[in-house]
Amino acid sequence: MRLAVHDLSCARGSVQVLAEVNFALHAGEALVLRGPNGSGKTTLLRAIAGLTPPLAGRIEAETDSIAYAGHADGIKSQLSVEANLRFWADVFGTRSIDQAVASFDLEPLLTRRAGEMSAGQKRRLSLARLLVTQRPVWCLDEPTVSLDAENVARFATAVKAHLAEGGSALIATHIDLGLDKARVLDVAPFIAKKLADDDPFGGEAFL
Amino acid sequence: MIGLLKRDLALAIKAGGGFGLALAFFLIVTVLVPFGVGPATGILSEIAPGVLWIGALLACLLSLDRIFQLDWEDGSLDLLASSPLPLEAVAAVKALAHWLTTGLPLIALAPVLGILLNLPSEGYGWLVISLLAGTPALSAIGTFGAALTVGIRRGGLLLSLLVLPLYVPTLLFGALVVTRGVQGGDGTTPLALLAGITLVSIAALPFAAATALRVNLR
Repeated sequence: MRLAVHDLSCARGSVQVLAEVNFALHAGEALVLRGPNGSGKTTLLRAIAGLTPPLAGRIEAETDSIAYAGHADGIKSQLSVEANLRFWADVFGTRSIDQAVASFDLEPLLTRRAGEMSAGQKRRLSLARLLVTQRPVWCLDEPTVSLDAENVARFATAVKAHLAEGGSALIATHIDLGLDKARVLDVAPFIAKKLADDDPFGGEAFL
Repeated sequence: MIGLLKRDLALAIKAGGGFGLALAFFLIVTVLVPFGVGPATGILSEIAPGVLWIGALLACLLSLDRIFQLDWEDGSLDLLASSPLPLEAVAAVKALAHWLTTGLPLIALAPVLGILLNLPSEGYGWLVISLLAGTPALSAIGTFGAALTVGIRRGGLLLSLLVLPLYVPTLLFGALVVTRGVQGGDGTTPLALLAGITLVSIAALPFAAATALRVNLR
């Protein structure tokens, strides 16, 4: 088991958004998070990535096993594509960036300044960083935003290869990536009820 | 960690990195002071230590909000927080990068600007030594302030208000070292206190900065 979440409640700011989420993710598995906008997918992913401490519950994962990719690409526009990737390779202690470059077809762009690339190209660079981390659990927040159909397929191939190597992935997305064995977790049932019932100051009306 | 340092140095030197901003500000302040005070060389050489230290301190303050803000805006800070680097190390490296790109050039420029202010010749050695001992504290304290205010849009004002009181002891002892040196006295006591402030700042504040970052990334 790569990642297990027990009775997790998490909050964005001071508003509790999700309550009592439970799931487990095994090696080679993908779990797709679905839910309407604002239902707390990002909050859940940030909690699992260790950026937001949970209100209650437990997250079981090996230390340093999670690679997070959020809405922002985390790219330095003044540096070249290669320098951006090499920086993250250095941070994560990875020697080679070749596989990451090949998976997202970044070879022709390597010497380009990241600031001169299109949004879709930046997203490819941002996703290539995941391969550089060499971490088994990918936590991805809307990874296919601004990608064209060809690159969505490229991304799906990268995820499948990652799963085949025993990795796992937790992906919040609205589109179908064509992953055969992916389970779907709808977060809507976990959306926290207004706490007003038992806490007079918990309701949103008081915020 | 070396990779982060190299990247920050590269970014500071590239266009828009703000490398020259602090230096230019320091230059402008010290060039303007003689115009404002008048040509009486006696007054100028008397206030030169204080003016040079205030100029260096304000120049340092000017570049603080870039330390974490840019990384926060483009999402790099989230990614760094979930990387194998501890946030304490990130804060320490950021402070070091800030000192290398701001403090060190200021130290190199200060003796030249001392001539403009008619700083007596006994003062130059003390000026460089006091800046060497004091400016690392400015970077360490500033990094802590930047960590406290990261995520606040246009948080520069709040950052200045938070950091300036913490800068006062460094300014007091730094300027006192040079003033004593100019008067032919012994500057070692204030210099020791200055170095003490710097050592405590370097040792303790990266931990405080990391805690502030964790709270602000929520």
